[in-house]
Amino acid sequence: MALYTRQAFFHALDFQMYDKIFAEYIFTISHGNFEMAGSASSSIKKILKHMEMGKAFIRRVCIACYEVEMNMVIHSIGGKIRLEILPNGVTIIAEDFGPGIPDIEKALKDGFSTASKEIISKGFGAGRGFSNIKLNSDRFNINSQVGKGTRLELLFIFRKE
Amino acid sequence: MKTREICKLLNAKVLAGEHLLDNDIESAFGSDLMSDVLTFANGRMALLTGLNNPQVIRTAEMSDIPLIIFVRGRTPSEEVVKMASERDICILATEFIMYEACGTLYKAGLLPCTRLSNV
Ligand SMILES: Nc1ncnc2c1ncn2[C@@H]1O[C@H](COP(=O)(O)OP(=O)(O)OP(=O)(O)O)[C@@H](O)[C@H]1O
Ligand SMILES: [Mg+2]
Repeated sequence: MALYTRQAFFHALDFQMYDKIFAEYIFTISHGNFEMAGSASSSIKKILKHMEMGKAFIRRVCIACYEVEMNMVIHSIGGKIRLEILPNGVTIIAEDFGPGIPDIEKALKDGFSTASKEIISKGFGAGRGFSNIKLNSDRFNINSQVGKGTRLELLFIFRKE
Repeated sequence: MKTREICKLLNAKVLAGEHLLDNDIESAFGSDLMSDVLTFANGRMALLTGLNNPQVIRTAEMSDIPLIIFVRGRTPSEEVVKMASERDICILATEFIMYEACGTLYKAGLLPCTRLSNV
């Protein structure tokens, strides 16, 4: 698993202005709150729409962000999602306080899930979340420590639509 | 195919988005797993599902799905209907089970969403 420093994360994409953040939004995500789950992604969608970013771009960001948010609600004890608006794209940074992922390699595999029957009955636990996150982002960084938490960094670059 | 036509074929009730019945729907996907839906979703697709919780609306919202069809007589709560209305998502409810609802629409010529590009 490749891990990038913040600088390398952007430089690999010839992204020169990685430290120029135009705006930053932070959302608190709590564990198990199924009614509220998705409201951060919903707010992010509104923000990006308001900024008149392209429809396909917004969709990519929101699908990935929603998967990240649902994972935090279902699998973590809670955390924060940060949206950063950059000159040529946006980043989503998600950090939770635990329990962490023991085997990241395994967790990233399509179809792998530790979701309970109850969660599956609510429509989650196909083990496809990470696949969707990867599919929709331009760069994906994950770091997790059991007992400490999980940190995800996603980069989305504007494209011609 | 117009949403109105889908509604008629499935003998469905319109729970939200009465004003969206003239929308064109090009394809459909039936699933009770939201991540599966998010893999295949597109902007002119109908989602058929047996679930009726708020996450179905969220999933449609994130992936620009304009039409949700609740099968097997599942009716969502008022809160869920309100969420859909606020987001301009059309909701139909049919007594048909998933198999019959999908079969009916397929026979009428609605394509599987996998045969269309992601738009
Ligand atoms: N924030 C997290 N904290 C702890 N474990 C996590 C976290 N996110 C994901 N996982 C673990 O990784 C597994 C795979 O996640 P993924 O999103 O791919 O699938 P899922 O959430 O189980 O199902 P789906 O996303 O299809 O509804 C999860 O089942 C869980 O064990
Ligand atoms: Mg998931």
